[in-house]
Order: sequence, then structure tokens, then C-alpha cells
Amino acid sequence: MIRFNHVSITYGNGVSGLKDASFHIPRGQFVFLTGHSGAGKSSILSLIFAEQKPTEGEVKVSGYQISKLTAREIPRLRRRLGIVFQDFRLLEYRTVEENVAFALEVTGARHESIPNRVMRALTQVGLASKARGYPKELSGGEQQRVAIARALVNDPHILIADEPTGNLDERATRGIFQLLREINAGGTVVVMATHDMELVRDTGFRTIELKNGRVVYDSGVDDAEAAP
Amino acid sequence: MKHRTPLREALLVFERTPLLSSLSIASIGFSLFTIGLFFLVALNFRRALDVLAERVEVVAFVLRGTPTETVSQATQDITAFPEVLELRFVTEEQALARARRELVEFREAYRDLEVNPLPASFEIRLKPEFRDAAHAQAVAERLRGFPFIEDVRYGRDWVERLDKLRTMAAVVGLVIGYAFAAVAIVIIGVTIRITVLQRAKEISIMRLVGATNSYIRGPFLIEGAIKGILGGVLAIAMCWVTFSVFRKTTGDTGTTLIFFGGLQMTVMMLFAIGIGLGGSLVSVDRQLRSV
Repeated sequence: MIRFNHVSITYGNGVSGLKDASFHIPRGQFVFLTGHSGAGKSSILSLIFAEQKPTEGEVKVSGYQISKLTAREIPRLRRRLGIVFQDFRLLEYRTVEENVAFALEVTGARHESIPNRVMRALTQVGLASKARGYPKELSGGEQQRVAIARALVNDPHILIADEPTGNLDERATRGIFQLLREINAGGTVVVMATHDMELVRDTGFRTIELKNGRVVYDSGVDDAEAAP
Repeated sequence: MKHRTPLREALLVFERTPLLSSLSIASIGFSLFTIGLFFLVALNFRRALDVLAERVEVVAFVLRGTPTETVSQATQDITAFPEVLELRFVTEEQALARARRELVEFREAYRDLEVNPLPASFEIRLKPEFRDAAHAQAVAERLRGFPFIEDVRYGRDWVERLDKLRTMAAVVGLVIGYAFAAVAIVIIGVTIRITVLQRAKEISIMRLVGATNSYIRGPFLIEGAIKGILGGVLAIAMCWVTFSVFRKTTGDTGTTLIFFGGLQMTVMMLFAIGIGLGGSLVSVDRQLRSV
């Protein structure tokens, strides 16, 4: 599903974002990316959703080779992904349901199908009753749930979460994490970057640890290599 | 939940950010108003020069005793010149009568004449596009070729000065016009860029959820076109108000000063729409490249 093969990123100013990273994430896996700020977690995530291309090596996501993606293919890849950020990235002037519907509208989904799909996604994240509310009327945890609903509404193969609990309190963090587990249980690959080592330890999911742009630990290296 | 079409999206922006939208429309309006005023002045100046140029006339004096048949034949020949709009043959008697009528101070002198000293002449008005020194000179040269033409006059110095004035007006108009247009494009471009930057987050979210660039551009282009139309209408309205006030102040009754015609207003509107569309397209594409 996701394969990194000796991937490096060097920015224009000579700074390395990632050095010789290799790993494989098979279908259905939940993976934590851990490491300090600047370790390379966000670089890996941005490569997965093709925000940038590798300087060296190869990244393959859901059948797409990132370094060879054309401008037209990038939206097609992103429609197979769901992306969640620490700062939620919701549009304040749209209601909760409009924020979720937005992801369907921009991909040209049939208008008649949109309300049902939106309600299904909001029900999944437990916010169906707040569909008509605005993001500013919701708590941080609820806003992140809306962002997850938006990421889910296109039935993505992969869900990318960049520090999704970074702005949340303990209770909300547990709630969001539980939601991500449920999504993963449905067969969606979840790749989550986090600083929360307690969360990582409690779950026992595969962990890829990064330090100065290098993969220094991968708890699932045997499973990953064995996967088809 | 209402379905959001690109047009609805564009219209919602005006509802959501009324101040910024009004500012950008005002910026387009005022920039085009400045250009419009300049072209209004240029238009009226050109018209004034055209009115002056109507006085460009070539007069060919005919030798005394030229037979009527020769004059008739020459009338046909000269009328056939491509530069000639109108030709009038003034007989010696008509010339004297006109002198008596128009030159009041010499009326006494003309009254007691035993012999009419004034020659007959061809008075030739040129077509508007030929009312310059070069063409007047060419017509004069051709007229001098007729054996019965004694002398040809067309106010050479005056026509040459008019030519210089026209050239100067055209050059100054072009330079200042381009400068005004360039400044307007920059101001409008910056204003539109601000409105796009204000929606940078929205653009980046659109891209992340898989919107194509053309989908993202749609509402921005519609918004730019609407702003262009409103800005253009505002500019024309302000030009009209200024023009009316000026006309009233100068006591013009509506015959001397002119306002834009339909074609000029259409060009102005197209420029406004083009600048709205172009500004939006450039700003959105810059934003798309940066997210």
C-alpha cells in the first residue's frame, strides 16, 4: 500500500528532511511515526500525499509512484487518501456538514449522494447531531472529529494523521485515537505522526521512529517485509 | 444542505467578506475611473483638433479668362481626387460679393471698383483622414499641374502646426494612457491578490481533499469577472458624474464636449472584466503553486 525505498529529501537550502528511509506499510496496518520535532515525520506524510517529491529513492502509494506523478494525477491520488492535521483545517464559515460535504463536492461526487454520505461519516465520528453547527461552536476534540469525518467521507484507502491529538486534552485524545482504531478496523491504513509516547506504548501498534531524518527503529520490520 | 455551484461559491464570497469585496470593487472602479477620465480628456481634445482640422482647405485660384468648359472639366477631375470631400467653384463675382460681405473694413473700397480684382477659385475640402500637411501639399501640387491654375494656398504653416499638435497629443496620450493602465493593473492585481491570500487556507484544503486546479480556479474566476463588471460600471458612472458636473460648470450645452460612445464603454467594460479575470487567474495560480 505504501512503500518507501531508500528515500531522501534535501531542501533547497541544503537541509535534509529525510535520509535513506525504507519501509513498507501493507494493507490494513496502523502505524505510528514518532520522533522529535524536525525528525522527519511530516516529511514522510507530505511525501505520501504528494505535497513534495523525493530528492532520491522511490515512494509508492496506492499504486502511484510519487516521483513520476503528473499535476493531473495528484488530485486522483489524494481522493484515495484522507488527511487530518493537528490544526483541524476546517472552514469557519461552513457548517459541520458543509465542511464534510466540501470533500465530496470538490471531487465531483453526485449531488444526490452527498447528504447521505455526509451523514454516514458524521454518524461514524459521533457528530450527527451537530451537523448544522459551525466549527467555532465545537470543542477541539469535536472539531478534530469533523476533520476526520471529512477525511473519511471519500472512503479512503489510507488515512494520514499529522499530530491529530496535538491540540487536544487527555480525554479528547483518547476519543480521537479510539475513532482512528475503529477506522483502521474497517480495513483503512492509518499512518499517524505523534509525540504522545504513552499512547504509542499502550497500543502495541507498529512504530517507526525517526531521528534527524533517519529511520532509527521500526517495530514491524519483519511483518512489513513478510506482507504481500 | 444546499448544493454549492461555482457561481454560488463566488456570490457567497461577497456575502462573507463584504468589506474586502467592496474594497476590491472600489479599487477596480477608481483605477478605471482614472484611466476613463484621462481618455475622456483625450477624446475631447482629439475632437477639438478634428473640429480645427475641418478648416483645412485647399484653394486654387483660376487664371482670368479660363473657359467655362475647362472649369467644368477640371471640376470633374478634381472631384475624382481620392482626398477630396467637397469641391466648390467660386466665380469672380461670388468672390467679390463675399469680400464685400465679410471684409467690412474694405466694403467702401470694394464698392467703387471698376474692375473686379478677385480671381475665381476652386475651394476644396479634404476628407477627414487627409487633413494634414502632407496630403494638403500633395493635392496642391497636383492642382498646380493644371495650366489654368494661377496659385494654390492651403495655410501651410497653420496645417503643419496642427500636425505637430496632433502627433504630440497622440504620443503623450499613448505614454500616459499606458502608464495609467499599468498602474491600474498593478493596483487591481494587488487587491485581488489580497482577496486570494485571505482564502489561502481554503485553497490548501481544496487541494488536500483532491480538488483539481480547474475546479479551484472556477469560483475565483467568476468572482473576478463579477468584480470587473461592478468595478467597470462604477468607473463609467463616476466618469459620467464628473463629465456632467464639468459640463454644467463650463456652461456647455451638450454640443462641444462629448462622452464615451457605446463602443468605448464596451471596450472599458471588457478591459474591466479582463483585468478582473486575469488578476484572479494569476493570483490563484500563484497560490496553487505555493500550496
